[in-house]
Amino acid sequence: MSQSFRLALKSIASSKMRSFLTMLGIIIGVASVILLVSLMQGMTNYISDSFSDLGTDQVSVSVTNTDTRNVDVDTMYEFLEEQQDLFAAMSPTVSVGGTLKNGTESSTTASISGVGEDYLNIQALELSMGRFIQYSDILSRQKVCVIGSYVAQELFAGESALNQTLKINGEAYTVVGVLQEKADSEEGSSDDCVYLPYSVATKLSFSADISSYVFTVKNTDYMEQAKSVLEDYLYGIFMNEDLYNVTSLSEMLEMVTSMTDMMTMLLVGIAAISLLVAGIGIMNIMLVSVTERTREIGIRKSLGAKRRTILQQFVIEAGVTSSLGGIAGIVIGCILTPLTGNLIGFESTPSISAILVSFGVSAGIGIIFGYMPARRAANLNPIDALRSE
Amino acid sequence: MAACLAVAAVAAADREVDSKMAQTHTGTQPLISLQNIYKIYQMGDMEVRANDGISLDIYRGEFVSIVGKSGSGKSTIMNIIGALDVPTEGKYILNGQDVSEMEDDSLAEIRNKTIGFVFQQYNLLPKQNLLENVELPLIYAGVGKKERTERSLESLERVGLRDKWRYMPQQLSGGQQQRVSIARALVGNPSLILADEPTGALDSKTGREVLDFLKQLHEEGNTVVIITHDNSIAVEAERVVKISDGKIIFDGDVKAYESIL
Repeated sequence: MSQSFRLALKSIASSKMRSFLTMLGIIIGVASVILLVSLMQGMTNYISDSFSDLGTDQVSVSVTNTDTRNVDVDTMYEFLEEQQDLFAAMSPTVSVGGTLKNGTESSTTASISGVGEDYLNIQALELSMGRFIQYSDILSRQKVCVIGSYVAQELFAGESALNQTLKINGEAYTVVGVLQEKADSEEGSSDDCVYLPYSVATKLSFSADISSYVFTVKNTDYMEQAKSVLEDYLYGIFMNEDLYNVTSLSEMLEMVTSMTDMMTMLLVGIAAISLLVAGIGIMNIMLVSVTERTREIGIRKSLGAKRRTILQQFVIEAGVTSSLGGIAGIVIGCILTPLTGNLIGFESTPSISAILVSFGVSAGIGIIFGYMPARRAANLNPIDALRSE
Repeated sequence: MAACLAVAAVAAADREVDSKMAQTHTGTQPLISLQNIYKIYQMGDMEVRANDGISLDIYRGEFVSIVGKSGSGKSTIMNIIGALDVPTEGKYILNGQDVSEMEDDSLAEIRNKTIGFVFQQYNLLPKQNLLENVELPLIYAGVGKKERTERSLESLERVGLRDKWRYMPQQLSGGQQQRVSIARALVGNPSLILADEPTGALDSKTGREVLDFLKQLHEEGNTVVIITHDNSIAVEAERVVKISDGKIIFDGDVKAYESIL
């Protein structure tokens, strides 16, 4: 047995170029399996992290058709009060499109939303100065706003934005608060935002109706229950479940996770095909090797090598070749994974399970695809084998 | 003459005697007993009788050459004697064992334990050094590493190449390579040394050396069988068996053979 390993290494070393080319398929296959699995894992982690930043305790309601029937803000607040065991807070949300202006500086990328006074807590936002929208602002429709750090930086360029005036679609709003930086103050990020009282925002959006609400639940363990209570309540109002939508972030997270899982499977499947092709490459080379070494096999058999011994020699050679390729592939995969992760922009570490599985698979491929040529070698007739040149 | 030698050899060799064989050979058992061997190849519609009823006994300690032209069937009989092949018909008893019906792996074991091959083309493994080449039969016999190295070096010593054990076969001359293959043939203490045209690839001087060495092995008590097409080599043996068209046409003392040449 150890003799066979020594022989295998010797034979691999004696034709380095060929051995390397044979291994290349396995190297690429294994490296890509590790890279893809690890990157997908990194991406899944990244996505679920972003989701939990957004808050997995949230349930959102959106009314799809406000023309036929609608639910007003007061009814929703009543519902919240009734269901205090399940829900912690609620805020209407109104999305407004528009341009921000301060003198000559302007911005069109900012997301402008009308929200309730609890929105700060619901989204776990933090203020760096001033205050958030208050109930009194909503009642009296005060033209006030709270801005994200990117907006503060862009429109007020270093000056304190507090109590300054900001024009949204030509109307002046007083900045009463600035939020803390959350996402590196980049354009289009969650720092590029403006919050207004929802009562003001409905006017800006030229629609008196509020079509979406966000709730937080008291305990995420009762997320399902909370969601169904909310759905039942809305059904009581709308009498048609097509008119509204209730979604929870945790549910969306599950959906995204199952999607990324599917993507992972798909990519691993593709990489597995390359491993299969590599296996066929090994079989091909081993067949050539058996033909080339017919004389050697004849000599060995004439000296008393049994079929099993020859079989073992060639199977081990194929197994060692593919395992060495597997190890090289693992090393390359482990080096490439963090590098590629950095390049794409999220952290990813080589997946241990991918390493173990791909090593096992590569060794197995060598043995399986090496078996056929090895059997051919083992069954050679010593007389014919000795006669071959 | 052959029988006398055999008696002496059998007496010297301490081994079990197959009772059935003992009957037919009146107390002495030949090392090789070919009984009416046929080897028939089917070539399309043609039937080729490579061995056409060969019967031959070779006793321990004999030095026999089997001579014949190419196509005479001498290679076929050498393959059968060497347990590389089995006859189509007939019985082959080697060292008391019936080899004629054996399977591949059992034949391999017989070759490993009882026969030392010396080939025309030396048949050394080019990528292994001399020691590794010589120890091959011991590896397949399952001998441990320490004993293997010891015995292989001893065997190389016998052919005068012990200090060259690290060399690769290509670094040696043809005569030296043939000596390595003899060392490999000897390492397992085989009952029979079977040399197939051992001088065929050598010039006459080195060929002479190899023949002298085989003679010396015979004098040390080994059974040596040489297969050759060359009468000048055949007469180096003590007994000559001439094969033509798959049949034995002469079997006797070397002097008798020389007289009919």
